[in-house]
Amino acid sequence: MAATFHGVGATVAALSSSSSSSSSSSSSSSSSPSNSFGSKILLSSPSRSFSVRKRASFTMVRSEGSMNFDLNFKGRRAQQLIANAVATKADSSPASSSSKPGHELLLFEALREGLEEEMERDPRVCVMGEDVGHYGGSYKVTKGLATKFGDLRVLDTPIAENSFTGMGIGAAMTGLRPVVEGMNMGFLLLAFNQISNNCGMLHYTSGGQFTIPIVIRGPGGVGRQLGAEHSQRLESYFQSIPGIQMVACSTPYNAKGLMKAAIRSENPVILFEHVLLYNLKERIPDEDYICNLEEAEMVRPGEHVTILTYSRMRYHVMQAAKTLVNKGYDPGVIDIRSLKPFDLYTIGNSVKKTHRVLIVEECMRTGGIGASLIAAITENFDDYLDAPIMCLSSQDVPTPYAGTLEEWTVVQPAQIVAAVEQLCQ
Amino acid sequence: MNSASCAAKISTQPFSLNPTSPTSHDNPLVFPKPTSLFLGSTRKIRLSSSSKLNLHRRSGTVVAVSDVVKQKKSKSTPSLLITKEEGLELFEDMILGRAFEDMCAQMYYRGKMFGFVHLYNGQEAVSTGFIKLLKQQDSVVSTYRDHVHALSKGVPARAVMSELFGKTTGCCRGQGGSMHMFSREHNLLGGFAFIGEGIPVATGAAFTSKYKREILKEADCDHVTLAFFGDGTCNNGQFFECLNMAALWKLPIVFVVENNLWAIGMSHLRATSDPQIYKKGPAFGMPGIHVDGMDVLKVREVAKEAIGRARRGEGPTLVECETYRFRGHSLADPDELRDPAEKAYYAARDPITALKKYLIENSLASEADLKAIDRKIDEVVEDAVEFADESPVPSRSQLLENVFADPKGFGIGPDGRYRCEDPKFTEGTAHV
Repeated sequence: MAATFHGVGATVAALSSSSSSSSSSSSSSSSSPSNSFGSKILLSSPSRSFSVRKRASFTMVRSEGSMNFDLNFKGRRAQQLIANAVATKADSSPASSSSKPGHELLLFEALREGLEEEMERDPRVCVMGEDVGHYGGSYKVTKGLATKFGDLRVLDTPIAENSFTGMGIGAAMTGLRPVVEGMNMGFLLLAFNQISNNCGMLHYTSGGQFTIPIVIRGPGGVGRQLGAEHSQRLESYFQSIPGIQMVACSTPYNAKGLMKAAIRSENPVILFEHVLLYNLKERIPDEDYICNLEEAEMVRPGEHVTILTYSRMRYHVMQAAKTLVNKGYDPGVIDIRSLKPFDLYTIGNSVKKTHRVLIVEECMRTGGIGASLIAAITENFDDYLDAPIMCLSSQDVPTPYAGTLEEWTVVQPAQIVAAVEQLCQ
Repeated sequence: MNSASCAAKISTQPFSLNPTSPTSHDNPLVFPKPTSLFLGSTRKIRLSSSSKLNLHRRSGTVVAVSDVVKQKKSKSTPSLLITKEEGLELFEDMILGRAFEDMCAQMYYRGKMFGFVHLYNGQEAVSTGFIKLLKQQDSVVSTYRDHVHALSKGVPARAVMSELFGKTTGCCRGQGGSMHMFSREHNLLGGFAFIGEGIPVATGAAFTSKYKREILKEADCDHVTLAFFGDGTCNNGQFFECLNMAALWKLPIVFVVENNLWAIGMSHLRATSDPQIYKKGPAFGMPGIHVDGMDVLKVREVAKEAIGRARRGEGPTLVECETYRFRGHSLADPDELRDPAEKAYYAARDPITALKKYLIENSLASEADLKAIDRKIDEVVEDAVEFADESPVPSRSQLLENVFADPKGFGIGPDGRYRCEDPKFTEGTAHV
């Protein structure tokens, strides 16, 4: 299924001529390294400090299916290897000077690895959800865990989301550290009572007596013609609940890191995964690491515009970034990762540099993460903005089944390119 | 038809307890005829039938205490159910519950506490009958009618009263209120405002107990969880979902239904297709017992068996206690719908009066003993009010504490520091 992108955290943004090692799909324009404002900025190496966050070296991602980045349906089934707009000189990055080479795996395997390591580390960590045990999880995130840890630690529940989420909360209050899986994030709408009333509130209403170190996770987002009810983005519904944290993973590296951090956190955390990102491949470090739950990830530093995104839209943005780079723009891309609370430091630093903000999200327009982000940025960084913040979100439409309509509900790279061009006028 | 025998067929252990399941007639729930016509309204009150209810005295099982009380000179009374110490303990606990709730009503009308306050008068037998059998490590989950559950479980009256007054010395630092009583020390897991919401939490606590025994290898962990809820909750999905899960995994939990026949103004009969709640237990593979919830000794006997089952790892039990609340649903409820005859019927079965009678007639305690307890409890309650009155209200700095167990959850501010490190945060004036 998914994606093809790659990249990240890098130190140098080099143009494709020097770094690309693959042929891109139909939309590639020949990249000319010399470019009026591009070259100096792009070829110079900004501080290596960004690489401190990443110790991995990244390689290309192979996609099994394809993501239709351009509206070209014929390209769907073909394997696409898209050169990253941000080439990382992986070997030269000081962060990869760790002695072990790291290992390559897919995102769902990274989640599983994170989960397995935490379960080995702490016997109180347990998993509950539908089909997590014998079936191995509907997206294979828990495959093999039931055989290893037993049926009680990896609990196959009946189809009763509200009740088993509440059960997880009760277990968390009494000393365990459950990871509750929603087979699809949309099913957690049934658990909204427990998540809102108990998960978020009980630490407060009990005067701090009970902690609820629960992780609620599951795949959400618009998939490949899954229909309206299986294509929901619940970030916007949960974001107002006081007392919970929300994070969204987008690469195998941050998936494993966020999973581990969420399990270790004393707060209730909702981890949003995306149905189309489970087959992303990446090389991640062998050693133990976590990703800070409250921090955003600088994907590509840039000078002209700050693009804020998360989850699957990160890949659409990076696809658009490649086009933009070819057109001579220098977009900065931040994967906000922490949907609640926002990392205003990383975001703010970028805004102060670029003075222009574009938010690209898969959430609905009304009351979505983008809406909150606009409010937060306007409140805090209004002085630094040269233009009104633009926000590209999904249409306020129940996701249609038809492929064409589904394409148009979600933000596509071409729209992102157009938006940046408009913003940078 | 007899639920206990159905249960006996399902459960491996013979559960022969069936003290008051009124199998001898078709309409087990008897009420005075209500003034308005609705389904099931044509039942007659049967005041004299209680002596006919317990038809079969099985040896060693529960004796219908009310029979013993009524038939003073009857056949040889079986051995007493309680010792003097136990009797006084039960009496004291019920008196504490009653006195406390009466004081709450007073304080509410004097403007010391606000919001929704739900009082437990009349139902004390259920709380005392069950909770006094528990250890400190056992857990109790309740609903919004939780003051007396908290007191029975051991939360000091001072802490509960302070919480009701909204003071910082309350059991939840004043942040919970009447409907959200929690105590980590006494394993009171709440206090929930939405009905049915606490049942999954109770199921989770029972799950932890099983997990501790089987995975964490704490071999002697036999903690039991009690979930208290009302008749209205028994029509809610969470109830059924949790009955299923508890029976499926044989969790050490007892589901205690406090059937007081009314959910605010909704009669149980008007809301429920089959009003016999105990029958729903066997449908999920657990015993379902119906007990007279106005009689603390009967409740206690049933509770012993149910809690014993759970401790031995035999799984959950559903116990329906037929009880009654003497006051309205809450202090804001004018309580106009209930028939005065019905109220009078149950007032005559006041659990405290019944226990008092039992204690005296069986020479377990004297009037003087009981009066002494009355006075003692009055002092405890007065002291609780004084303590609460004198306690400080929460300061502003308390506002943002406890939202997160790890306050880093408030995130990183524009200056790069965690917001919780901002001094305004600890003052409670930060905008998060």
